[in-house]
Amino acid sequence: MQVEAYVGEEMVLNMGPQHPSTHGVLRLELETDGEIVKKVIPHIGYLHRCFEKHAENVDYPGVVPYTDRMDYVASMNNSFGYALAVEKLMKIEVNERVKTLRVIMAELNRIASHLLAVATYGMDIGTFTPFLHCFIEREKVLDLFEWTCGARLLYNYNWVGGVSHDIPDGFVEKAKQFLREFEPVLKELNELLSYNKIFINRTAAVGILAVDVALSYNVTGPNLRGSGVKWDLRKDEPYSGYEKYDFDVAVGDGRFGPLGSCWDRYFVRVWEMAESLKILHQALDHLPEGDVQEKIPKKVRPQKGECYGRSEAPRGELGYYIVSDGTGNPYRIKVKSPCFTVLSALPAMAKGALIADIIAILGSIDIVLGEIDR
Amino acid sequence: MQQAPGILQVLQGKFGSKILSSDMSVLDPTITVEGDSIAEICSFLKSNEALAFDTLMCLSAVDYKGLKGETDRIELVYHLFSMKHRHQIVLKVLLPREEPSIPSVEQIWDIANWHEREAYDMFGVTFNGHTDLRRILCPDDWVGYPLRKDYVQPETYRGMPVAPGKQFVEMAQDGLQVGTDPFREG
Repeated sequence: MQVEAYVGEEMVLNMGPQHPSTHGVLRLELETDGEIVKKVIPHIGYLHRCFEKHAENVDYPGVVPYTDRMDYVASMNNSFGYALAVEKLMKIEVNERVKTLRVIMAELNRIASHLLAVATYGMDIGTFTPFLHCFIEREKVLDLFEWTCGARLLYNYNWVGGVSHDIPDGFVEKAKQFLREFEPVLKELNELLSYNKIFINRTAAVGILAVDVALSYNVTGPNLRGSGVKWDLRKDEPYSGYEKYDFDVAVGDGRFGPLGSCWDRYFVRVWEMAESLKILHQALDHLPEGDVQEKIPKKVRPQKGECYGRSEAPRGELGYYIVSDGTGNPYRIKVKSPCFTVLSALPAMAKGALIADIIAILGSIDIVLGEIDR
Repeated sequence: MQQAPGILQVLQGKFGSKILSSDMSVLDPTITVEGDSIAEICSFLKSNEALAFDTLMCLSAVDYKGLKGETDRIELVYHLFSMKHRHQIVLKVLLPREEPSIPSVEQIWDIANWHEREAYDMFGVTFNGHTDLRRILCPDDWVGYPLRKDYVQPETYRGMPVAPGKQFVEMAQDGLQVGTDPFREG
């Protein structure tokens, strides 16, 4: 802890690791005079569970449950990224049904994850109603997942070379029913929260993230798009059939304040849920037939080599750097977590903010400590 | 957008012997460079208009020990990406396993601050010129570098057993009854 001599009323306060608004076990060291925060130093590591060391001791399929537990809110996307990276290393091509199923599950989980982000952000700012409305919809998505693979939050679904379970009969109708019921809820959310005058006053002028700062800190995903950069891996480096779907990339436009504010980042997430609905409609309409698991050897043993595979998780660009030594266990897996990079940019975003604004900025960058600490 | 051989050519033209080797045939084309000049090479890669590597996607350390046919070393792998030109390259630096140290690239990409702290925490690589080199995931007074291949977990940390499960097994073999608290005196 770096502490210079404090004169007058300046103090060093700890926010966390137990705090209702830090979205997990995060310790923020604030140098403040009670109102204005001069410096924010994030301290992480309270949820470190040694994912990378575990991955070296199990075989490639056995890593998938560990990947789920990193970003436990959006597990489908974690194992999706891992499966993509291993398949890139082993040069496995999966069939169209697997690709479409993976996209369906990833987009449903994107909606669930953004619902949680938006709802808890509203709660941080002080409103409780949107939280309940969003969680009703989130329960419907989790019910769909439980019907498919038995789990609500940690699925072990995307395996190397396929998926673990095929969708049950009636899944497509049930999912389409959810999509029909969800569209009016998005409109309701906009009326309740997004265009709420108090919410805009709290968020539209704080936490400005400039584009060059964002790129230097490797901020990706909705946080980068909130600053006006139109970069989405699903469009710019498509994988798993995303090039077939017609959807827009949600980009912040600074309509209520400077570009790159908390409101822009928040609204990118709301807009992305609407775009996910479009993708889901197209994917559910054109679900091809096929087997959900490719014929790969029982013992997954990539050739000696390494690769870096990245995918668009709800929180940003999730990267897996996998080094293989030719045996059945990975030699090294390094995970580049999107929340890790965006949290390191928090001190730059929160210069000179009030303590209440720190809460607003922290909520808008949507972190999950499981992914930061791994 | 430049392909990897073009990027290699530009680097070789500017830095000559500091570019040690390259491999264009792998999935992610890689250029191995000299450790001491990593900072100036990365600075050039970022500031050059045609290359413009403005993003450090990932900075990983890998500990190679005991592999047949490979020298024991710690590799630092830099995955660079250019948002402007949409091209990417991988830089590698080979370091000895005893007291590895390398200049820091924190001044070039701000995210390197946290990535290098993690490499220091997990592998013990020292980054010269880093403003705040301390552990990031492990507690500040942790002993040892966990992701190294020869890492041995300490028995206790500040008096607490690190892996109580193992001790329970030993105590059960010594005749401990299930349901009692083994750490209470008497």
